[in-house]
Amino acid sequence: MLIKIAKPGDLRESDVTPESVYLSRRRFMGGLAGLGLSAGAGLALSGRALAAASDYQDVPAGNPPGWLEPKLANAEWESVVPADRQLDKLTPFDDATHYNNFYEFGTGKGDPARNADALKTQPWSVVIDGEVNNGGRFDLEDLAKPSRLQERIYRLRCVEAWSMVIPWLGIPLGDVIKRAEPTSKAKYVKFETLVAPEQMPGQDSSFALIDWPYTEGLRMDEAMHPLAILGLGMYGRELPNQNGAPFRLVVPWKYGFKSIKSIVRISLVEEQPVNSWQAIAPDEYGFYANVNPEVDHPRWSQATERRLPNSLFNPNIIDTRMFNGYAEEVASLYQGMDLRKNF
Amino acid sequence: MPTPRYTLTLWRIAVFIAALVPLAWWSSQVAINAAGPEPGRYLLLNIGQGILWMLFSTLSLTPLTKLTRWKGFTLIRRQLGLWTLTYALLHLFCYAVFILGLDLSRLGSEIVRRPYIIVGMLALVGLIAMGVTSNKWSMRKLGKRWKTLHKIVYLVLGLGLLHFLWVVRADLEQWSLYAAVGALLMILRIPPIARQLPKFRQLIKRPGRASV
Repeated sequence: MLIKIAKPGDLRESDVTPESVYLSRRRFMGGLAGLGLSAGAGLALSGRALAAASDYQDVPAGNPPGWLEPKLANAEWESVVPADRQLDKLTPFDDATHYNNFYEFGTGKGDPARNADALKTQPWSVVIDGEVNNGGRFDLEDLAKPSRLQERIYRLRCVEAWSMVIPWLGIPLGDVIKRAEPTSKAKYVKFETLVAPEQMPGQDSSFALIDWPYTEGLRMDEAMHPLAILGLGMYGRELPNQNGAPFRLVVPWKYGFKSIKSIVRISLVEEQPVNSWQAIAPDEYGFYANVNPEVDHPRWSQATERRLPNSLFNPNIIDTRMFNGYAEEVASLYQGMDLRKNF
Repeated sequence: MPTPRYTLTLWRIAVFIAALVPLAWWSSQVAINAAGPEPGRYLLLNIGQGILWMLFSTLSLTPLTKLTRWKGFTLIRRQLGLWTLTYALLHLFCYAVFILGLDLSRLGSEIVRRPYIIVGMLALVGLIAMGVTSNKWSMRKLGKRWKTLHKIVYLVLGLGLLHFLWVVRADLEQWSLYAAVGALLMILRIPPIARQLPKFRQLIKRPGRASV
């Protein structure tokens, strides 16, 4: 088995393109938009491109690794969007990047934005192991290469009863799993976050209840579901460190803590893994953690959520939807299951 | 040497202003949009910690008086106790308005169903009981029982820390600091230790003798 690990200094395909020829996505889109406007035509492509580019005007330019740049330029924009875009308006980038639960960087919502700069995301390799025929250690670039980036605008419902709407850029998790060639014994997928206390101050806290690495898991059919993606970017750019750079899970019908960040290991396993929150408080957090307004967290109600940003004059409380509004797509996965027991 | 009257008055005003500073600071953060996307929760959590600061300040007055014999510490006891109550009422207000959206039926069901909220409400009831009996009339009326009644402050401290502990999700560092301060203030009240405090006063006054 050949395992190719690219060194940071290695030349990549994208490096071959002369800089003068390579146009960044934004400049390209800008050109298209200008073209569309001057022609006065409603070309589907330019209209679409214009929408995607103008949505993110307030987003600071990212600094994506060389291999990700062409992928971003070539993304399939708005591949999944909310049905009601007025109700599910995009959360401002500033809020989505400064209000995070990422305990590796501290327990305060602002800690990740403050501390995540120290995280080194390049180079990044991921181990795929367990019940697979094609496992090994992969450079993230190679793992992502065969799949086209898709933009998925998903609702994000935190178990703490607040929610946001985030435009992710990612690749189907199922693609990556398929390429690893799982054996018939692979029943679950287990994910682990990086352990690096020198970069992640939260892992240095002797009062932390989480037993690092942060661990999450999905049942095989959940992982293969087309809505489950591995996120590489958001708001038209690469992921900021505090949002789980360089790549993370996004499972929109489950509470946010299932969408594990900064993944370094994906294991196909036979037994149901114990996820970190379940390990800390099994009566409060289960393995499935599907968004469910009828099953309360023991300490608070899950019937409603606070859609952020809100204000003192409008707490913006809305009803929480079954499977976070993705019931039509995912309810069949749980047919016949007692969701009160399997919370 | 007794402190002049006007100094004591200034001292009480200074304490009053100091107790307002955190509230002013948090409000200004909200006003300039620096409190994040959920300003109500920001106020709720910060004021929650503020309750403990006020409670700790109140509970530090007895040991400080024993240490220094300064009258000024006794003079601000009622004020700080009432600040603790004020912060606690603001905390409940934030919860009812910003988290429950003033859905009063939910307030009722949450109070009954969630242990940490039950504990928090019990602590608040204790603070209210002390607050309404903090006037001179109640002190006269209650006589000896007044002191007994106001011993619930220790219960309030325990309930408050328990309420805080049950809110913690994944890291006990901050809570441990608060619990340690609370424990220290309790330890200073254990009679054999409390009796030592005035001796330190001699040490502070005459450092020369301390080295002998």
